[in-house]
Amino acid sequence: MTLVLTDDQLMFRDAAKRFAAERAPVSQLRKLRDDVDPVGFSRDVWKEMAEMGWAGVLVPEEFSGVGFGFVGAGLIAAEIGRNLSSTPLLSSAVLAVTALLRGGTQAQKETLLPAIAGGDLLLAFASDECVRHTPYHVATRCTGKYKLSGRKLHVLDGHIADRLIVSARTSGDIGARDGITLFLVDPKANGVTITRSSMVDSRNSATIDLRDVPVTDADVIGTFDKGAIVLDAVFDAGRAVLSAELLGVAEEAFERTLTYLREREQFGVKIGTFQSLQHRAAHLFCEIELVRSVVLRTLQALDAQEPTASSLVCLAKAKASDVARIATNEAVQMHGGIGMTDEFDIGFFMKRARAAAETFGDQYYHTDRFAQLSGY
Amino acid sequence: MSAQLNSDQTLEAFRRDTRAWLEANCPPEMRQPVVDEYDICWGGRRAKFKNDAQRVWLQKMAERGWTVPEWPKQYGGGGLSKDEARVLREEMAALKCRPPLTSFGISMLGPALLKYGNEKQKSEHIPKIVRGEIRWCQGYSEPGAGSDLASLKTRADDHGDHFVVNGSKIWTSYGDKADWIFCLVRTGFTGKKQEGISFVLFDMESPGVTTSPIRLISGYSPFTQTFFDNVKVPKENLLGELNKGWTIAKYLLTHERNMIGGMGTQRVTPLSQLAIKNIGLAAGRLAETALRTDIARFEMDALAFALTMNRVTDEAKAGNETGAMSSMLKYYGTELNKRRAELTMSVTGSEGLKFGDSHSEEQLAAMWLRTKANSIEGGTSEIQLNIIAKNVLRLPGA
Ligand SMILES: Cc1cc2nc3c(=O)[nH]c(=O)nc-3n(C[C@H](O)[C@H](O)[C@H](O)COP(=O)(O)OP(=O)(O)OC[C@H]3O[C@@H](n4cnc5c(N)ncnc54)[C@H](O)[C@@H]3O)c2cc1C
Ligand SMILES: Cc1cc2nc3c(=O)[nH]c(=O)nc-3n(C[C@H](O)[C@H](O)[C@H](O)COP(=O)(O)OP(=O)(O)OC[C@H]3O[C@@H](n4cnc5c(N)ncnc54)[C@H](O)[C@@H]3O)c2cc1C
Repeated sequence: MTLVLTDDQLMFRDAAKRFAAERAPVSQLRKLRDDVDPVGFSRDVWKEMAEMGWAGVLVPEEFSGVGFGFVGAGLIAAEIGRNLSSTPLLSSAVLAVTALLRGGTQAQKETLLPAIAGGDLLLAFASDECVRHTPYHVATRCTGKYKLSGRKLHVLDGHIADRLIVSARTSGDIGARDGITLFLVDPKANGVTITRSSMVDSRNSATIDLRDVPVTDADVIGTFDKGAIVLDAVFDAGRAVLSAELLGVAEEAFERTLTYLREREQFGVKIGTFQSLQHRAAHLFCEIELVRSVVLRTLQALDAQEPTASSLVCLAKAKASDVARIATNEAVQMHGGIGMTDEFDIGFFMKRARAAAETFGDQYYHTDRFAQLSGY
Repeated sequence: MSAQLNSDQTLEAFRRDTRAWLEANCPPEMRQPVVDEYDICWGGRRAKFKNDAQRVWLQKMAERGWTVPEWPKQYGGGGLSKDEARVLREEMAALKCRPPLTSFGISMLGPALLKYGNEKQKSEHIPKIVRGEIRWCQGYSEPGAGSDLASLKTRADDHGDHFVVNGSKIWTSYGDKADWIFCLVRTGFTGKKQEGISFVLFDMESPGVTTSPIRLISGYSPFTQTFFDNVKVPKENLLGELNKGWTIAKYLLTHERNMIGGMGTQRVTPLSQLAIKNIGLAAGRLAETALRTDIARFEMDALAFALTMNRVTDEAKAGNETGAMSSMLKYYGTELNKRRAELTMSVTGSEGLKFGDSHSEEQLAAMWLRTKANSIEGGTSEIQLNIIAKNVLRLPGA
């Protein structure tokens, strides 16, 4: 497989590029934030995105999706990153769809996937329980047959989801990979309390408390006690797509900064003539080129289900998180005073870069995981 | 689709034939890892082969033109397509075959000759590069012209059918071992400094050429100061047009930078393996955690860089614009190589400090010291960043 996009992928990307810039630009995120919008994204725009194939990007055609795979999802995510578009793509179209594809029964797939792909049904994935991503730290209890109790943090789009996918401990110790089971949960069921948090990046996140929430065998996704197999796949999918979004964030922040360096004058010259800024920009250019390569390679590896895909996911998520951090920090710095103002958009990029980095493991988490997967 | 299938099948057949040929023709000695300078075959009139296997391996590969797989057959090259050349590389790597020949003729001058040489120059010089008969050196830098290469002063004066060259070059790698030099000389003395430079080729045995070796911090003395005292150079040895040598010089530099930048991705024992051996694991993790983090960061960046080299190659093959990537590859690749060497020294501790002239052991300290030149030779890291700022990012005044 070569590291270039096919003609089909290029067309898909160009369509995504136009759409995101026209229908979900940074100004929309600003408005959602200023209006304290109860949903946190535009349902109308999401419906249009679904028509473009975004909601069903990972869903195979037999379940009414477009089946464009992780490369396709990454191409959308990069445009979302460039425009800071607020959408439930990650929660519903990536995390939940991956869980269903990897662990869902035929009945679950048939009822849920077409509705997700159509943009009519939203799912959220509720697993993390620690403030820092710790995938197997699942303390949510499952008693009797079955009642779930526990607390889930940082559930993306949790407050507007029609269904939740919840991880619970059905055996073993907290922290063990074995003994985790995934359940479909109705957010309106007795015992579910959902609290929306207002986040620095103005995107949706919720805390979900579960108290003796009833579920049945029909709600199990994947194999009982072996939910980590699905969990791993879901997180890797999310990390890879977030890496692509972070790439878009970094690219856009960098391009805006270059424009500013070419325009702003101080000391009677354009500030882009100062070598200290030039060298930092040139270094950043190289880092972004590296992220481009690893993100594309990682998405391809996930599509091909390569055995070393998880290592590549670590590389992508670590590198993209770190480079997006540098790119957005440099962007604010090189804009001087105006970069610090709310009126100016560049700060939004730094906020999103931070939030996306923290989600499903940052550069520290993934550097450690990369080393472990490499045998040290 | 069927054309694609066909070409896949042809490529697979090529792979089978290549593997069989390599297995039959690559001597076992040439499948051992390269340990020191003497394991590298540079060719030349005074070539010193470490053993007969090295000589035979060069001869066999040169016969097929596989010392330069993608160069045209007409001048002795392999005439392979990019895909075939990749297959050859992969098969050589799989059998651990050493490169049969390393030379500046291959990595620098050849591409410039193919692009700017006239028919006579190409048929005269290229076959000798392919067969490793002539070893070339690069006469660019001068004591007063390093990063600011275009300010060079070595001059060539017009004497009818020949030039007379006077001046001196410095940091001429293998100046005392090379047979011929490709040299930048000043032929124009008014106007922009870039517009008075010509690119000439001449024999290092010409009367008036002398070299004096310079020793490096690594202990090796691979380069020289090179002096020209009324050296006669026939006019037919001018490459391209008079006063148009700067364009050729820059073109050649992109090849040099790609070569230097790519050095960091050569197969060596992964740092983490070395670290596991020297430091050991505790609960599955390298016992020294701060060092572990730096090693992991390095290995991740190295992998990201290798993927970027692949992507740039793939993009170029697909005909996509890749910009001034050679500066990026040179900058990032050499900085990575230095990081690898620094970490290798940390991982090997007192063992790595051993410094002698025995050629049998791994010369870690010498290697570490040598990498420091990577971000200087072929244009410093700062110069590469300047080029990126100017040519890629289009920043003002750069
Ligand atoms: C929170 C805050 C509070 C402030 N409070 C005050 C206050 O109370 N009173 C007041 O008077 N001002 C105040 N300022 C303004 C502050 O001093 C300026 O923002 C600062 O001096 C930078 O100027 P600038 O914003 O015009 O950026 P610019 O000067 O336009 O700089 C843009 C970028 O170019 C770089 N740059 C500029 N020149 C060079 C050069 N020669 N070489 C290399 N790089 C260069 C800068 O480092 C920066 O990264 C405040 C700013 C902030 C953010
Ligand atoms: C091992 C080795 C082998 C070599 N082989 C050859 C060879 O075979 N043939 C040949 O011709 N040359 C060769 N060179 C020379 C090499 O190309 C030069 O050393 C290099 O171009 C730098 O020039 P300089 O040494 O004069 O340093 P200078 O140009 O004096 O640079 C000194 C410092 O100033 C910085 N600097 C200079 N200009 C700028 C600028 N505009 N902006 C910011 N920083 C700047 C540099 O980056 C460097 O850090 C070799 C060098 C080495 C170390």
